[in-house]
Amino acid sequence: MAELLLQANNVAKHFGGVKALRDVSLSIRQGEIYGLIGPNGAGKTTFFNCLTGLYIPDGGGFVFNGKPLLADAPHQAAERGIARTFQNIRLFANMTALENVMVGRHVRTNAGVLGAMLQSKATRAEEAAIRQRAMDLLHYVRIESRADDLAKNLSYGDQRRLEIARALATEPKLLCLDEPAAGMNHTETEELRELIDGIRQDGTTILLIEHDVKLVMGLCDRVAVLDYGALVIEDVPAVVQKDQRVIEAYLGA
Amino acid sequence: MNKWLNPRSAFGITLIAVALLALPFVAAMGGQAWVRILNFAILYVFLALGLNIVVGFAGLLDLGYIAFYAVGAYTYALLASPHFGLHWPFWVILPIGAVVACFFGVILGSPTLKLRGDYLAIVTLGFGEIVRIFMNNLNAPINITNGAQGITLIDPVAIGDFKFSNTSQILGISLSGPQKYYYLLLALVILVIIINLRLQNSRVGRAWQAIREDEIAAKAVGIDTRNLKLLAFAMGASFGGVAGGVFSAMQGFVSPESFSLIESIMILAMVVLGGMGHIPGVILGAVLLSILPEALRYGVGPIQMAIFGKMLVDPESLRMLIFGLALVLVMRFKPAGLWPSPERKRELQDAGARNG
Repeated sequence: MAELLLQANNVAKHFGGVKALRDVSLSIRQGEIYGLIGPNGAGKTTFFNCLTGLYIPDGGGFVFNGKPLLADAPHQAAERGIARTFQNIRLFANMTALENVMVGRHVRTNAGVLGAMLQSKATRAEEAAIRQRAMDLLHYVRIESRADDLAKNLSYGDQRRLEIARALATEPKLLCLDEPAAGMNHTETEELRELIDGIRQDGTTILLIEHDVKLVMGLCDRVAVLDYGALVIEDVPAVVQKDQRVIEAYLGA
Repeated sequence: MNKWLNPRSAFGITLIAVALLALPFVAAMGGQAWVRILNFAILYVFLALGLNIVVGFAGLLDLGYIAFYAVGAYTYALLASPHFGLHWPFWVILPIGAVVACFFGVILGSPTLKLRGDYLAIVTLGFGEIVRIFMNNLNAPINITNGAQGITLIDPVAIGDFKFSNTSQILGISLSGPQKYYYLLLALVILVIIINLRLQNSRVGRAWQAIREDEIAAKAVGIDTRNLKLLAFAMGASFGGVAGGVFSAMQGFVSPESFSLIESIMILAMVVLGGMGHIPGVILGAVLLSILPEALRYGVGPIQMAIFGKMLVDPESLRMLIFGLALVLVMRFKPAGLWPSPERKRELQDAGARNG
């Protein structure tokens, strides 16, 4: 069995009286594509936000790559190797596509103010490397022709790709995708599936929130189902699909 | 670097350089007062570029920027005047002023940077006032700032025996005090422009821009937003501190009156009116807003006399009226500023197209 990359232990989060997450425990293995599904309001995005440090869990916590994850430091989550995209795309709208990805390199580079002021050799070399790496990533998600366009002028599908490229720029061990196929047509979804599969082949573990059940079942190695903030089941797609509780959660029967 | 070497831009740069070098002599024809006005224009460029780091790059609305200018000015005044009997050389005090202002920037920044937009603006506004009121009242029980009377007889900038305050002959050319300060300020401001340009196109500059665009996304890609905002505050503050030091030396006198809220607002207006985040725009804004009121001061009276044969409106009120009207008109017809960066221009055009 592959090594564990992420363990969620009894993660709980509530907003006022609403229990968005009730003691959710799950574990993601190195190198797999892990699907997180559930009806609207089941707590999927809340789980993402707790994992990436945007929310502080009210109970429980995460162990990532063998060490506990600090609860309230989003930038440290990225530093440890957790990158994410957002359900409603969050790009730096008035920066170019290339600059967006270059910002993603921030956490893996270290030129400071002094280096920038003096334009030292090391700073210039790093800057060139950042630019090169960003170009390569744009090429990887196949939007290199849009490198100099402002992010907000990209098509919807390209914006999704750009967000993935920016996340990959942080060299994540775990890439969290929040409904990447939302609003995409069949062809685009198909291309996205190839992209995600390719990223996994290149060694990045993927956590995928998705509404498109077909996409999840076809792509994921294992799937967890959330309903009303609680974990219903965590297993391979074939088992999950036949589970009576899952069918009920989705059909409301 | 190659773009500097092509003949056309080399010619342009030479032309600008010659113009800038000749400017104080041209201005002196209208009297030394005009050279002083020029000097203040450059000082405002300096300040506006400092504030541009905070407001333009990092997107933090700071209404108390003048406080750092005040801190720098008083640091210089206290260390180079008979008030404490200290007379340190300017090249020691200017860096100290930068460090002290930077320290105040961090003091203001660390508790407030969780706030944004309007809330941050109000806190910084309060901070600016607190500093001014402190300067006004720190004369008892121990007299530190000499209160509302201010500090007088501040040493001019001097290198050895070469003083910047009096007229002297260099290579057969007579240079007045203000003219010498002009060249000093010009050299400093060129340095600041270079620093600004380099910061903008750096890893740190991009991170600031990312924070301005979308703070949550910036956090998600691993940017420590708190520290970077603090850095922007500290950098902006140190520029303000240096500018304050030069101001102190040039004037020979500081008092709390020079650091009122309207000064903060003027500098912010320079940044916004010129083109937030765009360095050439900010320079243009600072030059226009510092020279225009002075030009009006000298121009409004005589023009009225010429047209109407008598003073219809008090020149001082008319001056501010015209100035205010000009600001309103610019913001109405050029909302992105007089010389916005290409991106910002597009941003506003797109917004306009959507709304219209």
